Amino acid sequence: MSSPAPRLILDGLTKNFGTYRAVDDVTLALKPGEFFCLLGPSGCGKSTLLRLIAGFERPSAGRIQLGDQDLSGLPPHRRPVNMMFQSYALFPHMSVADNIAYGLKGIGKAAIAAQVADLLRLVRLEGLGGRRPETLSGGQRQRVALARALAREPKLLLLDEPLGALDRGLREETQGELRAVQRRLGTAFVVVTHDPEEAMMLADRIGVMEAGRLVQIGPPTELYRRPANRYVAGLLGDVNLIPGRLGPHEPGEGRTVETAQGPVRGIVAPSLAEGAAVVVAVRPEDLVLSVEGLPVTVTDTTFLGDRLRSTLRLPDGSTLRASTRPTDAAIPSGAETRVGFAAKAAVILPA
Amino acid sequence: MSGLRRPVFDRLLRLPPFLWLTVFFFLPFAITLKISLSEPATAIPPYLPVLDWHGGLDGWSSFLEALNLDNYATLYADPFYRDAALGSLGYAALASAILVATGTPLAYALARAPSRWQPLLVALVVVPFWTSFLIRVYAWIAILKPEGLLNLVLLRLGLIGTPLTILNTDAAVIIGLVYAYLPFMVLPLYAVMNRLDPTLRDAAADLGASPARVFWSVTLPLSLPGIVAGAGLCFIPMVGEFIIPDLLGSSETLMLGRVLWTEFFSNRDWPLASAVAVLILAILIVPVVLFRDSLQAGEEGP
Amino acid sequence: MTWVTRTALVAGLIFLYAPILVLIGYSFNASPLVTVWGGFSTRWYAELLSDAPLLASAWVSLKVALLASLIATLLGTLAALVLERQRRFRGRALFTGLVLGPIVMPEVMIGLSLLLMYIGIGLDRSLLTIVIAHATFCTGFVAVVVAARLRGLDRSLEEAAADLGAGPMRVLMTITLPLLAPALAAGALLAFTLSLDDLVIASFVSGPGSTTLPMRLYSRVRLGVNPEINAASTMLVGLVSAAVLIASWLTARQENR
Repeated sequence: MSSPAPRLILDGLTKNFGTYRAVDDVTLALKPGEFFCLLGPSGCGKSTLLRLIAGFERPSAGRIQLGDQDLSGLPPHRRPVNMMFQSYALFPHMSVADNIAYGLKGIGKAAIAAQVADLLRLVRLEGLGGRRPETLSGGQRQRVALARALAREPKLLLLDEPLGALDRGLREETQGELRAVQRRLGTAFVVVTHDPEEAMMLADRIGVMEAGRLVQIGPPTELYRRPANRYVAGLLGDVNLIPGRLGPHEPGEGRTVETAQGPVRGIVAPSLAEGAAVVVAVRPEDLVLSVEGLPVTVTDTTFLGDRLRSTLRLPDGSTLRASTRPTDAAIPSGAETRVGFAAKAAVILPA
Repeated sequence: MSGLRRPVFDRLLRLPPFLWLTVFFFLPFAITLKISLSEPATAIPPYLPVLDWHGGLDGWSSFLEALNLDNYATLYADPFYRDAALGSLGYAALASAILVATGTPLAYALARAPSRWQPLLVALVVVPFWTSFLIRVYAWIAILKPEGLLNLVLLRLGLIGTPLTILNTDAAVIIGLVYAYLPFMVLPLYAVMNRLDPTLRDAAADLGASPARVFWSVTLPLSLPGIVAGAGLCFIPMVGEFIIPDLLGSSETLMLGRVLWTEFFSNRDWPLASAVAVLILAILIVPVVLFRDSLQAGEEGP
Repeated sequence: MTWVTRTALVAGLIFLYAPILVLIGYSFNASPLVTVWGGFSTRWYAELLSDAPLLASAWVSLKVALLASLIATLLGTLAALVLERQRRFRGRALFTGLVLGPIVMPEVMIGLSLLLMYIGIGLDRSLLTIVIAHATFCTGFVAVVVAARLRGLDRSLEEAAADLGAGPMRVLMTITLPLLAPALAAGALLAFTLSLDDLVIASFVSGPGSTTLPMRLYSRVRLGVNPEINAASTMLVGLVSAAVLIASWLTARQENR
């Protein structure tokens, strides 16, 4: 909106509640104008991390920096950062316009009114400024909360589960709007969510949190295709994990893993040593039923319209889930076949 | 809970109530404690000897020497005060027991009443609670006195031949206590009972329990916090009660609140009155600590 | 409702209201004797309204209750904000004890100890000394009422205000206090009633010329049943019932919005 947005830098940020460590040594640098999602299940510390950035919690250790400014010691009302609350926290005793104007001060009545009108237009709520929050629908309230949080032209907007209170249909529509508003303003957004699909749809980059730690940061495709561990692999979507031992070093990215059913190939992180216990992670849609690969028995097939979902039993009794195009030759339940996958579609992860 | 830190502002919020209550609650209490340890002669303003801060050890020793436990020895030795203490506890305990027995069915009936009637019914229980305590106690005089309404009705009905003496007896004190404190018992209990999940009762009934068994095995145990809160809310002020024993009791009705009043206003023995005050407090420490949590929960009920 | 609960309800309400109704009935009895019904009359109300000492006491009580409830609401609200919003500070246990102590402290103890202090510091007893005493013992009750509401208040509303640049004072004045308004009103009403109703504490700390209504009523009541007091009681009961009904109507309206 104005001067080039400064970068947010978190450096070794830690928050303890008594003996419980909610946020554990988080280091992160946001790109200007980035849409960043913090993804993780409830209790992983993502909301606490957001509250640390907003100033509602004091870090036990570490630093929060925005551009050249150290935010760590500032109270929330002095931080050039705004937050959209999960409950929206709209002031029930004020009109929509008064809610949006709450953060605008000292610029004169006319300027405030003009700004409020602009913001109402931005979130497509023209004409609703006089209403009370409780008379609005859930989606409208969400947009009032967004407008209110944007009113001060924050250098960084924090959003705590912004779509969590909306029902499914509205959610997808609102995702698009949120993305559009962010593109238009160029403000960096940090969104907290527990919904992987939402994170992948919204974010330029996703940071996955587990037990207070930031375990992987990257664009959605990278996290989906190249998860750093089993936790990230499972969080972002359905995945098959085949256990085995890592084979010897080979030129290039690919390596062979000896599994109980035979050798398979995948891409490996350089840090893993030969002979290490590993799992080969491969997405259901990357499995190919053909004449080569591991021998399997098809135990169950479900037609899902655009996909065909099959359960495959390996000789040792473990199962794989495959998701294939329905146009492929349908294989009846009980049939014996083989399953394979491209080496670049599989990731070798520590067991 | 929150890490919001506003040291200066927070301290400014604390200051007014802290100062006020220190000066007008804590300080008087300390003075009373001090006077209860004085002889009548030194219990006259300015309550010398005061502690001489600049006197060092000498100041302390002369301060301590002037303190004596004579008043407490009197309280202990004179059976009058012992009876008053036991009387206070006895009346309060008996009245609390009756309140539990009568308040529980009333609160249960309120909680089970049709929900559109509940606000009105609760308001009906609340109105006496807001009505002058003195007047509510006074009303019983007209009912209980020998030529009062109760005797009038009983005589007319031929149930008794001569008027009963109820006013100025222990029975009148207990009636007064139960009557005056019934709302304090019912309201927290109703608050708890009203929050109970009704499906628990349905589940018990579905499993074959009769309404009586549902009450005894489900509702009552789950309402126990409310019963404890209500009993505590009644018991504690009843121990120090003055108006009820004074208006409804006889001259032999010994309760500490009344004894203190008499020592102070009639006998003008300030140190002894102070000692009685401290004694009431000492007696109340155990129930206050016991009831602390449930009292806080109960206060928020009504 | 079963017949058991219905009986309990009816019996309970009869027990609660019979004495009050008897009082109201007698207040319209032309005869001063309880045993004799002398026909309907409002003569006791007429006598009441020309009873200068009683009216003067009522005026004293009203002034005391207004001032005391004002102070208690202010102090109690601050105390509630501290108890609910300041989890950790040095002396928190002491602060809690100071605020909640007067609730469980026997009235005779509060009255006696304050009087002893007034005498000690040479403060002459007057209307002011009653106001101080009543404000002191009502503060805790207001704090409890306000704290309960504060606990139910969504914390993120205050956080959102701070996030939008409001300093602590602006958050308090524009968000917290407006949202606490019903509890402030309830607390003030409770303090007002407690003050208006107090006999014991006022008896200790009042001075000449500042006899409160309960003190005046008490001195008459000690002499036995008095039809004029019946009339006064009836008026008080009517006033209180109206206030409770208005209050519950206001609460219901608040909750519906």
